[in-house]
Amino acid sequence: MSTGVLGTEKRGIRELGAEEKVGWDEVTRGVVLDSFEGDATDIVHKKAEERNYSDFNSYTATVASWRIIKPVYNRDICIDCQNCWVWCPDTSIISRDKQMLGIDYDHCKGCGVCVEVCPTNPKSLLMYSEATDNDEALAGWPQKEKKEKK
Amino acid sequence: MAITSIKNLKEFSTANDRFEGSHLLCPGCAHSMIVRELMNATDDNLVIASNTGCLEVSTAVYPYTSWDTSWIHIGFENAATAAACAESMFKARKRKGTLPNPDAPVKFVAFGGDGSTYDIGFQWLSGAMERGHDFTYICLDNENYANTGGQRSSATPVGAHTSTAQAGTHSYGKTQRKKDIVSIMAAHGAPYVAQLAPNKWKSMAKGFQKALETEGPCFINTVSACTTEWKFDPKDTINVTDLATDSLMFPIYEIINGHELNILYRPKNVIPVEDYLGAQGRYKHLFKPEYRHVIDMIQKEVDEKWELLQRREEARV
Repeated sequence: MSTGVLGTEKRGIRELGAEEKVGWDEVTRGVVLDSFEGDATDIVHKKAEERNYSDFNSYTATVASWRIIKPVYNRDICIDCQNCWVWCPDTSIISRDKQMLGIDYDHCKGCGVCVEVCPTNPKSLLMYSEATDNDEALAGWPQKEKKEKK
Repeated sequence: MAITSIKNLKEFSTANDRFEGSHLLCPGCAHSMIVRELMNATDDNLVIASNTGCLEVSTAVYPYTSWDTSWIHIGFENAATAAACAESMFKARKRKGTLPNPDAPVKFVAFGGDGSTYDIGFQWLSGAMERGHDFTYICLDNENYANTGGQRSSATPVGAHTSTAQAGTHSYGKTQRKKDIVSIMAAHGAPYVAQLAPNKWKSMAKGFQKALETEGPCFINTVSACTTEWKFDPKDTINVTDLATDSLMFPIYEIINGHELNILYRPKNVIPVEDYLGAQGRYKHLFKPEYRHVIDMIQKEVDEKWELLQRREEARV
């Protein structure tokens, strides 16, 4: 008996045609990973916290170990322009109801794009070393830069 | 037709992401910005096919998937074929009445890198465009085979250093021109063909919505700045893309029904291509005195192309 192409019994894997003989016009083997547990018909109208993610969804994984610098978010200066949200490559800016709430440190890789696109003065997102404490960083936040007249 | 509002960025940000984090694309990769934007720009169910490339190998590394929609990975050349077949099957089953939920809005999208679009999957893409399937093909153009170590592709522009077109004492990198894929696709008579860039998020989201809405095969070429192979700092992805669109290396325009050309973005201050080239390590050698003439050549070609686009837009033919 075949144990399947991957020899694993992880929950949710459906193997296609692992045991039966198949003809030339059928799919022989493959793996389907379900992103969600149960019904997933209305995912587009559900926020991340309302969704029933399966173990296979990379939402449940983390890439925090990639990071050597991290963005720190200062709510006091933010104007909710959502530039960081639209350009974050890692879906790591948490925005709800047109408000920026913070950074998802499980998925952030520390690329720094959010800091570059932040339009406020001083910036409401800044990169700090991974070891820095967020409160410490916020306490020493830089002051507004004055524009030099030319 | 359900579509998310993109009036302004605040409205747009209420979309619920369907492309999850913890994929393994490089930090600062523009691929995921483009994919996220497509999936946020619509409320419809999506059936997505990806052919081999950075996007595919990084978003479905067993046992994880980053896709919250139906997604299939297929061979290097077959994204267009897979999307076309899924679309045909959907239509056939709708006709036969064997779909459990026939009224649900479904859109078919294929993603390919420039290697699989310009080179390897070109024949299959051309076939699918000719057969007129109702799908959208999006090319994530990072101008080289970034997944396998940065080999040259037919999307690599003149003068770029790649691992198989190296710059040195006898060569200034790739000597051949970039293929004009947008014109080729427009020549298929496709109802909607466009070139878009992620830094202009609104024109990009609008273009995606238009392509999804349009019945028939649509093609979109998107500029995807590659931090690894273009050799710039990951934080500068959007800055480099800004330079690309403002120097007109990547003009943003659409072609409707194969002839009606609209320019979607006109930079207020057009910057010299030198600024764009200087921001990237792959063009470093061009600033040596012996290769200076290549920069002038690139500038001349960019100017000519921009002139051509403007003339075509004016002519309305």
